[in-house]
Amino acid sequence: MDISRSAVSRSEAIRSFKTSAWLGWQITSNWTDPFLFAIYSIVRPISRAAILVVMYGVITQGNFTNPLFPYIYLGNAFYTYVFIVMNGVSWAVIDDREHYQTLKYMYIAPIRIPFYLLGRGVAGFLTASLSVLITILAGVLFLHVSFDPLQANWLLFFVSLFIGVIMLSTMGLVLAAFSLLVVRHSSFMAEGVSGVLFLFSGAIYPLEVLPKWLQPVGFAIPITYWLELMRRSLIGNVAQAFPTLARFSNLELLGILVGLAFLFGVLSIFVFRRCDHLARERGLIDRTTNY
Amino acid sequence: MNNQPAAGGKKYTGWRLFWHSVIARSYPRIIGQQRDTSWMLFDVVMPLGSVIAYVMVYRALKAPVEYVGFVVMGGAMTAFWMNVLWSMSSQLYWEKEQGNLALYIMAPNSMMSILLGMALGGLVATLLRAVVIILLGSLIFGVQYVVASPFELFGVFAIAMVALYGMGMMFASAFLLFGREAWAISDMVTEPVNLVSGLYFPIKSLPFWIAAAASIIPLTLGLDAMRQLAFSSGFKFGFLTPQVEILILSVLSVIFLVGAKYLLDYTEKLAIREGRLTEARR
Repeated sequence: MDISRSAVSRSEAIRSFKTSAWLGWQITSNWTDPFLFAIYSIVRPISRAAILVVMYGVITQGNFTNPLFPYIYLGNAFYTYVFIVMNGVSWAVIDDREHYQTLKYMYIAPIRIPFYLLGRGVAGFLTASLSVLITILAGVLFLHVSFDPLQANWLLFFVSLFIGVIMLSTMGLVLAAFSLLVVRHSSFMAEGVSGVLFLFSGAIYPLEVLPKWLQPVGFAIPITYWLELMRRSLIGNVAQAFPTLARFSNLELLGILVGLAFLFGVLSIFVFRRCDHLARERGLIDRTTNY
Repeated sequence: MNNQPAAGGKKYTGWRLFWHSVIARSYPRIIGQQRDTSWMLFDVVMPLGSVIAYVMVYRALKAPVEYVGFVVMGGAMTAFWMNVLWSMSSQLYWEKEQGNLALYIMAPNSMMSILLGMALGGLVATLLRAVVIILLGSLIFGVQYVVASPFELFGVFAIAMVALYGMGMMFASAFLLFGREAWAISDMVTEPVNLVSGLYFPIKSLPFWIAAAASIIPLTLGLDAMRQLAFSSGFKFGFLTPQVEILILSVLSVIFLVGAKYLLDYTEKLAIREGRLTEARR
């Protein structure tokens, strides 16, 4: 009996995830034709990268061979995942509750809400992947980003990417949980949080640039280690030359990342359960704030 | 309906009605901001976060100190751009979604007064945010300003705002015809405009023709002229002289305001004819 129940529960979770991934993709992409959607998906990250390229080029007189350039460029490119994945998961609450006003129906449907929300992040992951790929390609082709596919550590890359995306999804779930309770500004939550993390994770500058008293914040954020691993997997020694995390080997960084990702994962389960319970108790699931 | 007295018993028509509508539409934007101060967290802290991040990049690159001031000023001007994009251009679309648009059109006031009220309210409300960003950014990074002509600086700012909000009014009409695309288009153009209008670096750094094309966005020339007038070495980084930029901005203001009126009339007629004013395309 228990085995059967567990199998049903597992299949319900998988079904929730798969269906919401499909739904998320439709919502994200079906407002226009595929070509315009592809343009839409890459314009923002490419422009953001271009801002940094111009800033870098102006100050260094176009010296793109300095190791700081790939450090900034790749950090910025991979950071695309942070906002898009977190927002993809947490935005589903606002979209379904405020815009489509369907969240209450989701709650009474035979689905698992956390898996439904995580599934909504899949579309974001796909569009972010396209953006990152094109940004990096542009960097390699036009801006001398020193990346050699034969030298890249692909195993490290895919393992880090996988762990990173899981970690970002669980962080998105925490934001989704808060979105269930917050009346105002919940739509800016992912943007705000990813903006703050951007400052402290050494995405576009080494942590040494920050005042000493702020640097520990950066070391407590899993994204710092994730970005370092992503850089190291693609440009190896160039990334390792920066003092921020130079004392750690790839394996040690991976260990820290897994540990922090696990911590955030456990935290997200507890936070979501608590917020979900409060939202049900206070009758907030079908609330429309129009804020 | 046209001759119904206002709440106070007075009957407003013509220009009086127009200005009362402007004030009425700007009222919730200005007063609402004072009643709910939670916007400070997102509308000030978030742009300030971008400012800090870009300043740190310049510090990592050991850039000349002027660039820090350029970033702080650019960060403050971002607030206006975001307001124009999200609370002007997309506003009629949001109003349609919430069911207010049909009420605006049924009321005896001109739609231009509604747009003008939105612009005025947005401008005043955003001014406060921009001032806070400038003050905090300048305090954190010790930015030094050398303003030789405060009158000219204020003049550039004012004319840039007229042009920028005029552009927002024009876009508001165009966005009215969009559905979900309105949100996507606003989202899509945010960063490219941040790039080409030189919010975080002098526009002169871009190739001439890109900078010239970007000058159609009032933020570009307004910011360039303000940087020249607010920093001692600003003239070294200027794209055109402030006088030429003021002239171009004045022309842009007229074009955008006339364009806004024309587009508003056109889209209103089109929307009424096609019966799309109350349609919510979710």
